Amino acid sequence: MKLRDISINNLRRRKGKVLFLALGLTIGITTVVTLISITRTMTEDISNKLDEFGANILVLPRSNDLALSYGGLNIGGVSVDTQTLKDSDIPKIRQIEVRENISTVSPKLIGVVELEGKKILLTGVLFQEEVRLKKWWRVHGTIPKSRDEVLLGNEVAVRLFKSTNDSLTLNGKRVRISGMLEETGSQDDFLIFGDLTLAQEVLKKPGALSLIEVSAFCISCPIEEIVRQISKALPHAKVTAIKQTLQTKMEALDHFKKFSVGLSVIVLLIGGLIVFTNMMASVNERKREIGIFRAIGFRKSHVIKIVFFEALIIGLIGGGAGYLLGLGLSTVLGPILTGIKGGRISVDPVLAVGVVLLSVAMGILSSIYPAIHASKMDPTTALRAL
Amino acid sequence: MSLIEIRNLSKIYESGEERVVALGDVNLNIERGEFISVMGPSGSGKSTLLTILGGLNHPTEGEVMVDEIPIYQLPLEKLADFRREYLGFIFQSFQLIPYLTVIENVMLPLAITEKSNREQVNLAGEILEKMGLEGKRKRLPDQLSGGEQERVAIARALVNSPPVLLADEPTGNLDSKTGREIMELFKSLNEEGQSIVMVTHNPESVAFSSRTLHLRDGKVAEGDPRREGEIGSRS
Repeated sequence: MKLRDISINNLRRRKGKVLFLALGLTIGITTVVTLISITRTMTEDISNKLDEFGANILVLPRSNDLALSYGGLNIGGVSVDTQTLKDSDIPKIRQIEVRENISTVSPKLIGVVELEGKKILLTGVLFQEEVRLKKWWRVHGTIPKSRDEVLLGNEVAVRLFKSTNDSLTLNGKRVRISGMLEETGSQDDFLIFGDLTLAQEVLKKPGALSLIEVSAFCISCPIEEIVRQISKALPHAKVTAIKQTLQTKMEALDHFKKFSVGLSVIVLLIGGLIVFTNMMASVNERKREIGIFRAIGFRKSHVIKIVFFEALIIGLIGGGAGYLLGLGLSTVLGPILTGIKGGRISVDPVLAVGVVLLSVAMGILSSIYPAIHASKMDPTTALRAL
Repeated sequence: MSLIEIRNLSKIYESGEERVVALGDVNLNIERGEFISVMGPSGSGKSTLLTILGGLNHPTEGEVMVDEIPIYQLPLEKLADFRREYLGFIFQSFQLIPYLTVIENVMLPLAITEKSNREQVNLAGEILEKMGLEGKRKRLPDQLSGGEQERVAIARALVNSPPVLLADEPTGNLDSKTGREIMELFKSLNEEGQSIVMVTHNPESVAFSSRTLHLRDGKVAEGDPRREGEIGSRS
């Protein structure tokens, strides 16, 4: 018989006590696992949604700008060697090595048209891609479905006194206004949006593009790598990550993760407190038994080892049960709480081992004071006390 | 040299204004192979004397030597080691561990020794056979009769072969027939050379011992059932 056999037999033959002692840790670990699993799914989902929400990579024609000055006066700038972007560049973006990370590719041709004496910017887009990119657009009317229809920005509609179903003539081409954008607070309020081929015809730039906005998923691939691969595919283009957008997205995710961590820590502390309280109660209940151990020659360190070994077993049970319960709970609750259907909750060996070790550590830490208290108990309680 | 020597032993309990003299200037020698009964009314200091002999209760004054070791000069953890090596305790109400089987209870003092599991099982098995409990080794304490539990408690006390057995009211929870059986067992252990110090209320138990100490108000008077009237205390 060894000291651990005393601990094992105590727990083995008092199963109700095990449940009671492990309860706090089980609740704590269940909460941690549930939160981590749901947070992971939400993080992936939010990250993907954020990645789809607006562009995070900008592809522009590469050009060398010269700034001219003479006698200290800034005369102005001249663009030389401007490369152009073309329709044929669009599929090249979709063919990079990490193409599964590309969500949306939205090309644009922007040029000035004159309408009723006013100079307005016409933006040719592929509406299917543009609408995917700009999920915040709210349209009164409908998105253009043909080359003969256009969408007006809020400010443009006000300036031109136009509304849905009115007509416009763009450089001699008659078009119908299919819809108007609600105010976005961005440059889109000042633009007329038409089909890309319409803009190329009206602006007399067949096959040309001013820029391409790209939305990429960054959760599994760093944006720098995606930018590098697009740059390689389009050597004549200048490809940049829109860092501000990315930073905002990461900040939003970080806040969410910090909240989860904070909540997990609080629940774990409460779990540890429950274990501490239950261990103290258990130790006080076993005063007579501990007195016998001391009376027959057990040192204080032997008594402490018995209590710690029980805490270790309780920690293992709490961690294992907590992990399994947490996994089950997150599978059931995840879709209900997050609205994400079909989210993956899978067995993660690293998380499993991590939470079991955490549970054991919490169990032992919570048992330090009860163990020391037990070791100092007066052995004469085992005999008739005076 | 005597096995146990007690010199000028006093134990005083103080609680606020109250001062209780549990033992007052006790002097006593216990030889190897003796079977001592300690008798006295409630509050006479019997349990205090037993706990002091057992290294569980520091005296207020005086010295206790066991096998020439001044036990109360030992550091606390060495005192625990002393109890393990020198003493076998038989507590009142048996005090078996309820979640350990008979053989596990008997092996309990061996859990902190270097003995292998096999050695422990063999030792415990031998003693259980001697106690007539070999067939009940896998039972839990609440599945045993009072007499059987007492035998398990005795087996646990003997498993380390201690020089001294300390027994606190070993027949206190038993019927008279079973009590006699336990006393016969104690007598046979003593005849094999085991030194025993037994606290008892039961005058019938006293007859089995070689010497009786009568305690009254913390002071000792000795009486030998065979040699009535002899006083050995200096108090």
